[in-house]
Amino acid sequence: MTIDMGEYVAVMGPSGSGKSTLMHIIGCLDVATSGIYRLAGDDVGHMDEDDLAAVRNRRVGFVFQQFNLLASMTAERNVELPLVYAGMDRAERRARATAALERVGMGDRLEHRPGELSGGQQQKVAIARALVTDPDLVLADEPTGNLDSVSSADVMAVFGELHQSGRTVVLITHEADVAARAERLVRMHDGMISSDDQATEPAR
Amino acid sequence: MNSLETFRTGLEAIRAHRMRSALTVLGILIGIAAVIMTVGLGEGAQAKVSSEISSLGTNLLTVSPGSSTSSSGIRGGFGSATTLTLQDADALASKTVAPAIAAVAPTTQDEEVLTAGTANWTTSVVGTEADWLGVRARTVVEGRFLDEEDVADHTDVVVLAPTTASELFGFEDAVGQTVNIAGIPFTVIGELNSVGGSGSSSTTSSQDDEAIVPITTAADQIFGGTTRDSVQSILIEATSSTTLTAAYQETDDELLMLHHITTPTDADFTIATQQQLLSTATSVDKTLTVLLAGIAAISLLVGGIGVMNIMLVSVTERVREIGLRKALGATPKLIRRQFLVESSILGLSGGLLGAVLGIVGTQVLPSLVNQPMSLSVWATIGAIVIAMAIGLGFGVYPATRAARLAPIDALRNE
Repeated sequence: MTIDMGEYVAVMGPSGSGKSTLMHIIGCLDVATSGIYRLAGDDVGHMDEDDLAAVRNRRVGFVFQQFNLLASMTAERNVELPLVYAGMDRAERRARATAALERVGMGDRLEHRPGELSGGQQQKVAIARALVTDPDLVLADEPTGNLDSVSSADVMAVFGELHQSGRTVVLITHEADVAARAERLVRMHDGMISSDDQATEPAR
Repeated sequence: MNSLETFRTGLEAIRAHRMRSALTVLGILIGIAAVIMTVGLGEGAQAKVSSEISSLGTNLLTVSPGSSTSSSGIRGGFGSATTLTLQDADALASKTVAPAIAAVAPTTQDEEVLTAGTANWTTSVVGTEADWLGVRARTVVEGRFLDEEDVADHTDVVVLAPTTASELFGFEDAVGQTVNIAGIPFTVIGELNSVGGSGSSSTTSSQDDEAIVPITTAADQIFGGTTRDSVQSILIEATSSTTLTAAYQETDDELLMLHHITTPTDADFTIATQQQLLSTATSVDKTLTVLLAGIAAISLLVGGIGVMNIMLVSVTERVREIGLRKALGATPKLIRRQFLVESSILGLSGGLLGAVLGIVGTQVLPSLVNQPMSLSVWATIGAIVIAMAIGLGFGVYPATRAARLAPIDALRNE
């Protein structure tokens, strides 16, 4: 399977079909036991831990179903975190984190902690964190799995915008209406890709 | 990620678990404070003993009869006790024989019952000569001390130490009164100064409780015995601390010659310096200090294991956080450093707080338990360094475990 720059891909499949594993391999969180995965032409299988950390830091942005924000930190600090690992200085980190939060419509919640935000707001903070390093690839693992329909629509609108601005987006979902927004739908079954279709007219 | 940022992350993690961190710090704190206070107690006791011993007189040599070893076998206690004589003392007092010796005081000593009117008191009666006062660095607060005539004439006079005087005469003036020693009336001619200070130790209290009589009178009338010239010890004062070694040599040479001994190992006397007395007395305290510090060190070790335990719990509990940090680009090295910084902060703050508690303790405790304590600078600095090292050392294993977690396993953990 090849995913081109700027594509918007949805991965669907029943539980245990391997879609999460696929995403982990794409995001360099896991290394494939066999086969080759090339990210922007580089073979990830031969990278050491430090190189993988650098790839995760610069090229990939993750959005998780559980949000995975650090409860003790403010929204702004949470978004800053990848930049901390990138070695950026504090003033620039703050500026970029603020800009990323404003972009997802959370500019007025900079100093809130995750516990003080709704699920949809937390997920938007998590998306801002995925964006802040300006990655080529945004990966989302059931980003709307824990959200109500209004928040889901909100979050999906953000992904739509990301795609519009030219970023590659891969998202995993159970929900057909979420998958319908993507340009390309990959279905998985028992660890194999069972279908791979270009949507003729993606829903907006 | 720079070190300031790592430090900040560590602080954030500690703040997120305030109670747990505080208890861990408490474990280290108690250990460090215990080390500082026990070392302070030991050093205080040593300082007290050495100041007491130097208060006995400076540049002092003590000659005692009887050599510890002898080529002819072990000598009997009584036989060896008569090998030192007044003639030995007189010979040493000669400036031509021993120029490094400033003063010589032969002494005999025994416990006797003193009575005055209805009061009676058992104390040590010391028979000696006029130079004793200077050799022992004492002064007379009232009346006068023994003079050479008293010794030459075998006068029945006595000089009392303050405790003895007050036990026998209460608040009355002791000088001019009569004291019966072994049934013989003695006139009190003077009272010695007090060296007691806190007065809690046996060394000082014995110095404040004694009765001094002329050595000749003591031999004739109080102690009796067959060899009236024999003395129990000869106290020698060197002219200065620099001539102490010379004084030692002169005493040794002169006594060997007088006693007709050719091989020094056969000597029937021993010469002790204050330094030797000091090291004997302080060695007991040192042993005690080491023992106490050992116990304190064990509590410090327990504190260290506490740090490791907390850090392991922390790693287990924060598996998701570690996974997330790795997913966001943290290298294993950075994760390890974060946990090490965290445990070092715990150790260091425990060390600093413990040092504060220890320093306060060494200032406050002495007034409560009437024990001298001295603050040891090296023990304080050492304790803080050790606390930090404990935090770091016991943090290595948990930090390494955290760094080794695979990001995906860590994220999957619920």
